[in-house]
Amino acid sequence: MEVIWLLEIDGLWVSIGGKRVLKDVNLKVGQGETHALFGPNGCGKTTLLNTIAGIPRYVVEDGQIRFKGQDITEMPMNERAQLGLGIAFQHPPTIRGLKVRDLIKLCNPKADAAWILNELDFAEFADREVNKGFSGGEVKRSEMVQLMAQGPDFVMLDEPDSGVDLENIKVIGKAINMLTQKDQRPSTRTKSGIIITHFGHILDYISTDKAHVMIEGTVVCSGGPMEILEQIKANGYEGCVECLCPA
Amino acid sequence: MSGLEKRAEKARDKRAALGTDIDLESYESEAKSHGEMDSLEGLPSEVEQAALAAGVSLGGETSGDYLQMDQSPVLQSAAMEGIELLDIASALEKHSYLKDYYWKLVPIDMDKFTADVGLHPPAGYFIRAKPNTTTVFPLKACLYMGGGGSRQRVHNVVIAEENSSLHIITGCTTPAHAGRGLHLGVSEVYVKRGAHVSFTMVHNWGEEVEVRPRGASYVEAGGSISENYITLSPVKSLQAFPTATLAGEGAKASFNTIMYSSRGKIDIGNQTLLEAPKASAESISRVVSTGGEIINRGRMVGKVPDIKAHLECVGLILTDKGRIYSIPELDGWCGGLDMSHEAAVGKISQEELEYLMARGLPVDEATRVIVRGFLDVEIKGLPPALKEEMQKITKLEEIHGGS
Repeated sequence: MEVIWLLEIDGLWVSIGGKRVLKDVNLKVGQGETHALFGPNGCGKTTLLNTIAGIPRYVVEDGQIRFKGQDITEMPMNERAQLGLGIAFQHPPTIRGLKVRDLIKLCNPKADAAWILNELDFAEFADREVNKGFSGGEVKRSEMVQLMAQGPDFVMLDEPDSGVDLENIKVIGKAINMLTQKDQRPSTRTKSGIIITHFGHILDYISTDKAHVMIEGTVVCSGGPMEILEQIKANGYEGCVECLCPA
Repeated sequence: MSGLEKRAEKARDKRAALGTDIDLESYESEAKSHGEMDSLEGLPSEVEQAALAAGVSLGGETSGDYLQMDQSPVLQSAAMEGIELLDIASALEKHSYLKDYYWKLVPIDMDKFTADVGLHPPAGYFIRAKPNTTTVFPLKACLYMGGGGSRQRVHNVVIAEENSSLHIITGCTTPAHAGRGLHLGVSEVYVKRGAHVSFTMVHNWGEEVEVRPRGASYVEAGGSISENYITLSPVKSLQAFPTATLAGEGAKASFNTIMYSSRGKIDIGNQTLLEAPKASAESISRVVSTGGEIINRGRMVGKVPDIKAHLECVGLILTDKGRIYSIPELDGWCGGLDMSHEAAVGKISQEELEYLMARGLPVDEATRVIVRGFLDVEIKGLPPALKEEMQKITKLEEIHGGS
């Protein structure tokens, strides 16, 4: 069966404040696929996700991002969201005076807020200000609540498992499986995603189809998620470098 | 001529310490007079609309209503046992004790504006809660100014007797196309031992109106006052700097100022004098400019040890034309004080905007959401009905982004 590419990144070069961070990134994610993204701190994983989301300070110097076959490299970020891109940030800001309940309605006026809040065990936070005084796990659940309301076709999750205890990881894993339709049969899946994970904890709770390793601003290796994770666990990212540049 | 009159006479041309000067003579002294009303039924819709725009829905769930149109008190009715509500002229005739409160907190010779109020027949409200009386619903007052280039003078006196609790919302307002006008308002609020007063003022003026309120409150031991000031519509010029004196042990004051200005000159703030042990005060202001000039003052004076005071002046400027000048002042007179402040002036956080845009909101809508949230201050000590009114006001659709 031919793969329908939902997201295609060709030769992407990105700088922040004049400093080049991404160097010739090439990546494709097919419809119904969920990919994991590994890499050491500062390798450009977050930059890649934020660039796809369209945050203006991430300047695309060269290359192209296509989503659903459409070139979105220059598209404003809110239009990308409306086209079906969703992102869960690693360190989202506090929005003073805005309640979680109201943000759900802003994400999608038709969203079933009560159901979503219940699924993510977040009902008691509905009337709290977004991210104000939230713990690590609560911030992540709040991000999931918003994505569930948005219902994007492509989700980008920046370390959904960092600073999160076991109970929260389970809830977040369930949400990710719903967002990426892993709770449905493979042939009926249309939604896709990319997940950055540092230690791979979340991979015990979700299923991924492929993994990539980024080092120094570019994707150096792609393959089966568990195989790559085991290699990293055994040999560290130094092992990846050795694998790429054998002595 | 009485002593008060003499002092007022002397201060006739005395320039105010703060704010732009105003030539009183450029405004007509005598405003159009209006007849008294028996009930709210005959209320002209223009007045009703203007009152609503200032957060006052007269009638309904209320502990009392007062309506003053220009210089005429046209309606006053207390709706609760233990609450007295009269126009100030009648109250002065009825209660000889009132002379011990009248012009005792705000000096009649403070400036030309207080003098002008003092030299003319009084209009305004007198509200008194008898000891141990608690209002469930707020008392609602509307000061309506028809415009026409005249002056409106108001003098209010509020007395909350021991262990009483009083909630007052005053909407100062003009009809949609008011033209020029000058509003001078004196408010003196007495909070006796163990009493609690929330005193909320919402201003909805026309663009050609000048406003000079003069307010002061005095809080005895164990008493508390919550003063809230909200103005979201443009005004030509406005200057106010009310004072709260915490005179008794454990007295509390809390000021909340919410201001949104697209044009004109605003000089707003408040000061609290903490004069008794265990007194505490908090003043929070959130101001937004989309083109207007706002001077945002806060002042706390600690006179004795073991007091606590905190100031927060935060401003957002949404365009290149606006100006916010934030002046927090802390004045400590002894050791053992706990006084602090926090001040910030800036633009909307890019990170917050991007966060909402990542959820699909266009930049204008994201800006509106952030500004509304910024102005949505949790005002403590308000009854639910009044809290709801406040939320409605800060959620008005007229709040626009900077674009």
